[in-house]
Amino acid sequence: MLKIENLTKQFGGLTAVRDVSVTFEKGKINAIIGPNGAGKTTFFNLISGMHQPTSGRIIFKGVDVTRMRADQVARLGVARTFQTTHLFDNATVFDNLIVGHRLRTKSGFWDVVFNTKRLREEEKACRKKAEEVLEFVGLNHAAYRLAGDISQEERKRVAFALALATEPDLVLLDEPAGGVNPEETVGLAELIKKMVRHGLTVCLIEHKMDMIMGMADKIMVLDHGEKIAEGTPAEIQRNPVVIEAYLGSEHAAA
Amino acid sequence: MELFFQLVLNGLTLGSVYGLVALGLTLVYGILHVPNFSHGALYMVGAYVAFILMSNYGVNYWVAIAGAAVVVGVLAMLSERLVFHPLRDAPPIHDKIAAIGILLFLEAGVMAIWGADFRRMPTPYSGIVDIFGLTAPAQRLLIIAGAFVLVVALHLFLKKTILGSTIIAMAQNREGAALVGINATKVSLLTFFISGALAAVAAGLFAPINLVYPAMGHLVIMKAFVIIVLGGMGSIPGAIIGGLIIGFAESFAGFYISTHYKDLVAFLLLVVILSVRPEGLFTKGVR
Amino acid sequence: MKYLQGKAGWAILIALALLFPLVAGNNYQLYVMSLAFIFAISTAGLNLITGYTGQLNLGHAGFMAIGAYTVGILTVTYEWPFWGAFAMSGVVAGVIGFFVGVVSLRLKEHFFAIFTLCVGFIIYLIIEKWDSVTGGTVGIIGIPGPAPIGPITFDSAISQYYLVVFFLVVSLWLMHRIVNSLLGRTFIAIRNSDDLAQALGINLMRNKTLSFVLSTFYAGIAGGLYAGYVRFLGPDLAGTHYTFDMITYLLVGGIGTLMGPVAGSLLVAWVTQSLQFLQDYRMVVFGPLLVLLVIFFPHGIVGFYYKKRMEREMKKRAAEASRAQAVKKEAGTNA
Repeated sequence: MLKIENLTKQFGGLTAVRDVSVTFEKGKINAIIGPNGAGKTTFFNLISGMHQPTSGRIIFKGVDVTRMRADQVARLGVARTFQTTHLFDNATVFDNLIVGHRLRTKSGFWDVVFNTKRLREEEKACRKKAEEVLEFVGLNHAAYRLAGDISQEERKRVAFALALATEPDLVLLDEPAGGVNPEETVGLAELIKKMVRHGLTVCLIEHKMDMIMGMADKIMVLDHGEKIAEGTPAEIQRNPVVIEAYLGSEHAAA
Repeated sequence: MELFFQLVLNGLTLGSVYGLVALGLTLVYGILHVPNFSHGALYMVGAYVAFILMSNYGVNYWVAIAGAAVVVGVLAMLSERLVFHPLRDAPPIHDKIAAIGILLFLEAGVMAIWGADFRRMPTPYSGIVDIFGLTAPAQRLLIIAGAFVLVVALHLFLKKTILGSTIIAMAQNREGAALVGINATKVSLLTFFISGALAAVAAGLFAPINLVYPAMGHLVIMKAFVIIVLGGMGSIPGAIIGGLIIGFAESFAGFYISTHYKDLVAFLLLVVILSVRPEGLFTKGVR
Repeated sequence: MKYLQGKAGWAILIALALLFPLVAGNNYQLYVMSLAFIFAISTAGLNLITGYTGQLNLGHAGFMAIGAYTVGILTVTYEWPFWGAFAMSGVVAGVIGFFVGVVSLRLKEHFFAIFTLCVGFIIYLIIEKWDSVTGGTVGIIGIPGPAPIGPITFDSAISQYYLVVFFLVVSLWLMHRIVNSLLGRTFIAIRNSDDLAQALGINLMRNKTLSFVLSTFYAGIAGGLYAGYVRFLGPDLAGTHYTFDMITYLLVGGIGTLMGPVAGSLLVAWVTQSLQFLQDYRMVVFGPLLVLLVIFFPHGIVGFYYKKRMEREMKKRAAEASRAQAVKKEAGTNA
């Protein structure tokens, strides 16, 4: 699904991501872990086209997307969420979701002026999509609440819904359970598994270890921008390098 | 040679004034990340206060400038407390609009009190100085020397005193500065005071060879913006170097190209630079 | 206030605008109103790029001046018929807007605001210095008014007023279409977050440029109307204070709302009229007002109205939901 070869990103003199190669397989949950500042979010930014890599290649579904812009990558089927979701707080959740399907529509300015059939059909399609993804993430009840009034967990679900509305094949989730309590985390983990059951490939960054260990098919560990380990949760938990660099330091800090 | 010298002198004069104004702008940007559109109005108020102190109260030139620096510094602090501080978490266009509100208020206020007339500020240094056979108006030399002294003083203050280093620390890392116990409110106020005072001094120095009028800040502030974009928003050396670049560019373009369009030079430079490098000239890629 | 929604709302507002000349005491009031409407059209354009798309354009008055000078130069120097020149006013402003947009819209927040401030100033300087074409500081005088269309002439103050109302209604109707369509949602998504919009597959440059071109087109048309209405032009029109005025209208009326620009320009125009004694010093009042609005009342009049309406609706919905739940519970206990 996604193949990354020798990816490197430098900002000025700093190397945020160094020579990372990894493959994410279709229909799997892939997790990226690592201490703060390890380059995880930068890694997402590179895959999703927000930043251009300094060197290396990114191949998605056999297409080289290394130099593509974020919107082009999104159109090819890579969706992502952010650590914080910026919604339009004065509009309803449903209104916020309609634009999620915009990339699959073609209507432009002249369609708007003449209120063409295409525009009307596409608006309908966008609404339908919004209903569909709301249903999928279990937020039907909140559809007409103001985006500014919903809870942190519901915001996370709206972020997922927005990502899903783009009809992606690969979803990148940046701390999907950040700032959410343990019970809600379980619910969000269920939702992620449901996404995979529906044929999506997921890649997530997360700090909550029990969540990751319980659901990931494969884990990649980043430290100072470098990949220091890769494997199943069991393998990662046994890996002495990881324990040293990551879990060790966390235990020491705790 | 004589001509070349005059152009250099002119460039240095303009560069000094622009540099001082840009310095205040860049300091405030470094701390608050607000492009303070009202900064040009502070500059204008500075010129008026100095002018009024001299002409109405017969105050000495230097005392008048110092008085203007204090008044404008306090005005700048007020704007921080009453306007920018309450808006620190507002959407990004709000503080810019508020800054415009301050600008409109100050301009209209000055017009209401002192009228819209153009005024000429007297200077005790109207003579011509002879250096190595080259002549130079004393006021121009004064501007250059004044700016030089201020920049050195500011540099020493920021680098050698604890109070000054807190400004640098906060500009570099706000959260970090708060963690080590730096009082953000105090630093903001101090920065605004310095910024306002610098603008007032620049205005006081420049006013005798220019005119004093309510719209006098417009061009200067816009050029100051060009300078800090050029030199990197928040960079202190950038503001000084940028000021000199714009000063010289204007001086030479004014002579060799056209005095008519010399004010365009700075803006065209900005358009060209931002077209090629959207993130500014001297900024690094790190965010 | 429910009757201010939908088709009925439009009908009422249009009727009010059409009936105004009957209550207006004199031509001067029509003049004030017409100018306010012309600026409302331009402000509606500013609202699209700044209110809906989130990019603070500080050179907007420059584009209005471009539209106005297009009409002035074409009609006076080249003796074009008014309507031909008028059609060009929007086009010229839009084309220049396109080139400015392509360069400037790559810039984020502050840089865009500073850049457009400089663009506005460049436009002003060019108009002021390019004597041979623009008439320099003297400006252009003797611009012909709108030519008759068939039997309809625009000689009287009332007919000119109606002409302006016509363009205002068309402008707002088109704006209504834009902001409530997928296109408008796209712009709003960009305002909320560049990054999120891009991750949703929205081409930032293309959409921002479209928004900017449309906004400058509005400014150009408003400028064209202004030229035909006032009949003389000076470089002043491109000055930043006109941009700042329009920002004030936007903030007073409600930034990012359809009717905000109209409400703001009307209110400010009439308040200014009643503050005649202040004249040039009116900014002593409006400057602090702008600051207070931004801090305490950032949604403006129309935004405030929407917010209240939304809150009421939310409350109603919540009440309905709890009632429904109660009914369900009752049914449960009965069974």
